[in-house]
Amino acid sequence: MHGFDPSFEARSAEFLGFFYLALALMNATASLYLWQAGKDKIKVWFNLGGVAFTNVLGWLSLSMLCVILAAAAMGGIPPKLPGWFIRNANAALTGNPGAIVYTLATTALLIIAYYWRRFFVKPVVAWTLFNASLLLMGLAMTNRPFWEIVAKPDNVPIVALVFLLGFFTWLATYKSVTNDDRAVEGLPPLEKDDDEKVLVWPDLVYTELICMIAITALLLIWAILLKAPLEEPASAVKTPNPSKAPWYFLGLQEMLVYYDPWMAGVVLPSLVIVGLMAIPYLDFNKKGNGYYTISQRRFAYIIFQVGFLELWVTLIVLGTFLRGPNWNFFGPFEEWDAHKVLVLNNIDLSQILWNDIFGTSVPTVTSDMGTFDSLLVVLKREWLGLLSVALYFIVLPPLLATTVFRKFFIKMGFVRYMTMVTLLLFMASLPIKMALRWAFNLKYIVAIPEFFFNI
Amino acid sequence: MASLGEIIRNSQIWKSVFRHPAPLDRRNRVVVMLTNFFLHLHPVSVKKQGIALSYTWCMGGVTFFLFLVETITGVLLMFYYRPTLEWAYHDILDLRDVTSLGILREIHRWGAHAMVITVWLHMYRVFLTGSYKPPREFNWVVGVILLLLTLLLSFTGYLLPWDQLAIWAITVGSNMARATPILGNEGPGQQLLSIGSIDMITNASDARFALLGARFVGEETLNRFYILHCIAIPLVVAFLLAIHFWRVRKDGGISGPL
Ligand code: HEM
Repeated sequence: MHGFDPSFEARSAEFLGFFYLALALMNATASLYLWQAGKDKIKVWFNLGGVAFTNVLGWLSLSMLCVILAAAAMGGIPPKLPGWFIRNANAALTGNPGAIVYTLATTALLIIAYYWRRFFVKPVVAWTLFNASLLLMGLAMTNRPFWEIVAKPDNVPIVALVFLLGFFTWLATYKSVTNDDRAVEGLPPLEKDDDEKVLVWPDLVYTELICMIAITALLLIWAILLKAPLEEPASAVKTPNPSKAPWYFLGLQEMLVYYDPWMAGVVLPSLVIVGLMAIPYLDFNKKGNGYYTISQRRFAYIIFQVGFLELWVTLIVLGTFLRGPNWNFFGPFEEWDAHKVLVLNNIDLSQILWNDIFGTSVPTVTSDMGTFDSLLVVLKREWLGLLSVALYFIVLPPLLATTVFRKFFIKMGFVRYMTMVTLLLFMASLPIKMALRWAFNLKYIVAIPEFFFNI
Repeated sequence: MASLGEIIRNSQIWKSVFRHPAPLDRRNRVVVMLTNFFLHLHPVSVKKQGIALSYTWCMGGVTFFLFLVETITGVLLMFYYRPTLEWAYHDILDLRDVTSLGILREIHRWGAHAMVITVWLHMYRVFLTGSYKPPREFNWVVGVILLLLTLLLSFTGYLLPWDQLAIWAITVGSNMARATPILGNEGPGQQLLSIGSIDMITNASDARFALLGARFVGEETLNRFYILHCIAIPLVVAFLLAIHFWRVRKDGGISGPL
């Protein structure tokens, strides 16, 4: 970001040396484990002159490859991403269309991962994907713009979060799939098998102690390797560009692209909290209490994953890594250029209605009008938007109750059902507004700047 | 001859501190859980499945441990830090360049990031095992408040170094409060609270002002965030944690298939 940095190559190469070594160690441990556990005969991939080439040898070769990569990196020539890859990734993910491509791609990935979960939970598949993503990241770390964003000390936790979420989602899905298969055969969940009682001392107390030591060690290493950031002293006149909130709020900041602050910053976050608290009182499904399962609580599972993985985490990743100066969208390997100007011709629904459809000018409130008169003008101007919002929140719930949510309505009763549907409608309003923006450049459905009331 | 360990364990001092013999046999392993203040948080025995790492991921425990780490490093940092415009930035500089225990700041900052991550993972685990279902509904609600407070702890702490990163992140974050419905200076319904033609909600009396103690992020804000960060929020968190842990026990321990 601050001009050319000659030490970048050296720092990146040094980091990558250790990175590939860690990868090599990881895969060597994996093959050792497979071999020791006697799991090496599971699959003989092919025969090489009488020597069976098993999965153990496969991971061992990957480990060797990583050692070579580490040596190359330490020698100052880490392998880089091919130019065509960088060019295409940047072309696909730059400017306003970048946000669309990113959102559609992550959504597609999540859907694929969910739909074919039985395939993805296979340890060999998961391990391959994990290695692939790490190798891709290693290659990408030789690119300066990518390095500068990802290796920024305050951004490192988000990289950690993404990998941790990947791991734990895999673990939970693995257990759910196992339990769901058992349920089909009429067996209880795996957790049931372990309901023998053990003493807390030593079983639990020792586990806790080991966890504490591990976390302490991790924190110490982290603290030694990465300095806490400290920029120039605060100045109320020098606004940095971009100005970003702390990373865990970047999903909210990203919503500001689509919503006014009163929605993105106040109403929707409050509803997230309220909605989370409401979950136990809305989910009337008695199954899936105390064990991992997906098929026994599919609806709750999907709604939560859409909210957490798609609307919360994905937006944070977007806001951190892909939003640059002026909150413009930048490709992952693109230089953050503060002078890049993106033309946005966003219009309100009332403008479409009056200008394009009625062919007249939009009614305006003039300064000599009283409150009542201006209210009338506003109502006349915004009737279509107000009507659509009203239809959305008032007509849709009963409509859904008689169709797709019939069973829910009968089981939940009026109040609980209305609470759930209203919360879901608010949640769905974000992707809807995103789609409207991308498809029609629609800014506000209801635009009443006179009363700070824009939806 | 008695070994040194035995001599120590049989001394009056040791016995006065630990009210039970060493937990080497089954009986004393039960007794230790009942008579030790720190351990009595736990039951004496648990279902094996409830403590399996692959079930709980130990994320609640790790979050709690990180909270303790933050409390300890935080108190130590308070010895070096003065929350005033004159000193705040310099004290942080000194922590970096002069103070021998300057690494405290790194541990505190990365610990805070880690806590945000682990509290999300804990929530994720509790959801995926359906552990919020009866009888644990209320503990989930307590948990959600703890999650919110964890974020607020991190947010208020972000301002304290008083560098460019700090004040602009807080400025961006707190600008939203301006748009609070009815109570924000630029929020919808702001006109509703007025007496005659006198506006009650101005930029010197709205929600954002209450948060910042001023019309922009300044000395009053630093003071407010400092107190929230070091005293007010940690106290509430500690209180809620007590309830959270108590409820884990009273709701029947870690969840499991019925
Ligand atoms: C400062 C934050 C928090 C701390 C220190 C904390 C700590 C803990 C601990 C130590 C446990 C025991 C089991 C385990 O480790 O998983 C637990 C259980 C539980 N927590 Fe939390 N928690 C926090 C936040 C939350 C949040 C954000 C939620 C949910 C939104 C939550 C809901 C629950 C529930 C429902 C249980 C019972 C789970 C079961 O029985 O399986 N907690 N918590």
